[in-house]
Amino acid sequence: MTLKLENVTKQFGSFTAVDHLSLEIPDHTIFGFLGANGAGKTTTFRMILNLIDQTSGTITWNDQKIDYSRTDEIGYLPEERGLYPKLKVKDQLIYLGKLRGMQKQQAEAELITWLDRLKVPHYLDKKVEELSKGNQQKIQFISAVIHKPKLLILDEPFSGLDPVNVELLKEAVVDLKESGTSIVFSSHRMEHVEELCQHLCMMQHGRPILDGNLREIKRSFGKKNLAIEADFDLGFVEKIPGVVKVKYLQDSILCQIENEAVSQTVLQEITGKGFIRKFQLDEPSLNDIFIEKAGESYE
Amino acid sequence: MNKFWTVFSYTFSSKIKSKSFIITTALFIGFIFLLSNIDSLVDAFGSEEEGDKIAVVTEQEGYYQLLQESTTDELTLESYEGTLEDAQSDVLNEEFQGVLEIRESAEGLPEATYYGTDNLNQATEGMLTAQLQQIKVAEVMNQAGIDEGTLAALYEPVAFDQEMMSAEGDSGTAAKSEEERMGATMLVYVILFLLYFAVIAYGNMIAMDIANEKTSRVMEILISSSSPISQMFAKILGIGLAGLTQMLLLFGAGYFMLVQQDENGMLSDLGLNEVSAGTFIYAIIFFILGYFLYATLAAMLGSLVSRTEDVQQLMMPVTLLIVAAFVIAMMGLGMPESGLVVVSSFIPFFAPMTMFLRVGLLDIPFWEIAVSIGILVASILVLAWLGAKIYRGGVLMYGSSTSLKDFKKALQLSKK
Repeated sequence: MTLKLENVTKQFGSFTAVDHLSLEIPDHTIFGFLGANGAGKTTTFRMILNLIDQTSGTITWNDQKIDYSRTDEIGYLPEERGLYPKLKVKDQLIYLGKLRGMQKQQAEAELITWLDRLKVPHYLDKKVEELSKGNQQKIQFISAVIHKPKLLILDEPFSGLDPVNVELLKEAVVDLKESGTSIVFSSHRMEHVEELCQHLCMMQHGRPILDGNLREIKRSFGKKNLAIEADFDLGFVEKIPGVVKVKYLQDSILCQIENEAVSQTVLQEITGKGFIRKFQLDEPSLNDIFIEKAGESYE
Repeated sequence: MNKFWTVFSYTFSSKIKSKSFIITTALFIGFIFLLSNIDSLVDAFGSEEEGDKIAVVTEQEGYYQLLQESTTDELTLESYEGTLEDAQSDVLNEEFQGVLEIRESAEGLPEATYYGTDNLNQATEGMLTAQLQQIKVAEVMNQAGIDEGTLAALYEPVAFDQEMMSAEGDSGTAAKSEEERMGATMLVYVILFLLYFAVIAYGNMIAMDIANEKTSRVMEILISSSSPISQMFAKILGIGLAGLTQMLLLFGAGYFMLVQQDENGMLSDLGLNEVSAGTFIYAIIFFILGYFLYATLAAMLGSLVSRTEDVQQLMMPVTLLIVAAFVIAMMGLGMPESGLVVVSSFIPFFAPMTMFLRVGLLDIPFWEIAVSIGILVASILVLAWLGAKIYRGGVLMYGSSTSLKDFKKALQLSKK
């Protein structure tokens, strides 16, 4: 059940929203889609869902085109949230469930389980317009997963939620993955992607600037982070060869170094200068990689 | 197909259950009730006042007699014994509504003056004038020495009968009888009004419904669940059925009231019994085709706007189209053979009204009807095809503009 995009391009008039994007999204994983606003994430999702046609290239899921005969296996949480404001939560979810090929009883049972799970069972008979934004979003999330889709596409699922609810939804997403759903989700929050995804793709101006397995991406990036805290002035570290950048914090510094080995040079340089409280070598964060990659392609 | 019925039944039931639908229907039924009972209502209010009492002051007793014979119940004439001045003061004391003085002119003809505190109402004035006119004509004739028999012959209406013929071999059917034609005119009236009402009310409802789904942004989920084309038609049919329910309710109420009130067999007077089954079938066909044509157009337009406020603006041309069709058809009722009606009966947006008008009132060869129906069906298909494309692109389009450029944009969005 691989989702495959080959050389997909989408042009709106003279503007190219997605430019020769090729991706392979493996089964039973959570795939992260990263990118700044306007990078082409939503357009890509819409093409996967067959809401708009690509200008060129092919999109297949399980070696077949996605069309309306297969929508029952797909769940979608659009970036622009929207439900029927005047309709009760229950009727709403039953209707949307039926549109995904569910029976009424089945949808009813599922929606009660989900409302319980997201800790909002008392909203069953409330109109959607009476709910807060965050709670509406939970209802919308349920509408995307109520029919147990095999492929789930979440466009910015966590935006606008408080930390407690973000955790709640994250757990749900991980559980769905465990039960065999392939999930593609977009976000500009790196820590969410880092936490959930095994694979990811970083988009900029419609082009992928990075894609693959999260761990490999980090490893191949090479650069590491080094945090040092000491009682003396650490300004000179900036001049040590191999140190790319230094960020001065309250009473510590955060360096980016070209590779692991540089850390040892730095250690030698600072030893004996005074009391060292902390010396820690870290993997680069996705954020660092994104900023660097995004910056590169700007130039 | 399953999802088509899901959308269809959702649209239908949500419309039927909506407050606005229930209120409108109730209001209309109330209106029909009022209208059909208007006579008894007027009576109920009218009986509190006495009928107008008018004093007649005249020296020619004959005039009073003639007038008195021909007045109706609402008006009481009373011969006043006394002078005009006495009568006038009685009017001021509100004993009479007014005084009618009838004099004889130099030529021996009647002349009248009405004195009153209020203006005479038009009906009464008209009646009195007409009666006096008759008296005057009779008097003049008399003076000229024309006898009663000649007078009667003069006033008798001329015998004028219509008899229809049909050329041999001409489509085979006999020309329509006068009664049938009257019944057909009635039916044409009904269908014209119904179609006009349906397009304005339900066309707007469709456009509104789609625009609402766009505004609330639920549309993106909907079109990722089932195909836009099936959704569009499910909506058109769902609202169509809701509209049909409403119309049947109104008709039922109207028919019930008519039957209740129908003392003098007005229903059979309308001549609907004389209309052939074929005409009824054409009425249904043209109504359905007309509804679909305009509904598809409305759905297409509804998918273009992103705010419900803009719906009215975009629906404007559609409203103008149906009004134009209605005006042509209304004109055509008097002259169904005019060139304008004939031409317009082959133009898609006018055809449902004008072609049916011709079918009902005239004997036109079957091929013309077939061509018109063919044109209608073809244009519905074209509109549906175009509508589906625009719908698909339009529902993803958000922005404030409501210009024709949007068509192009929507089409582009749905293309590669």
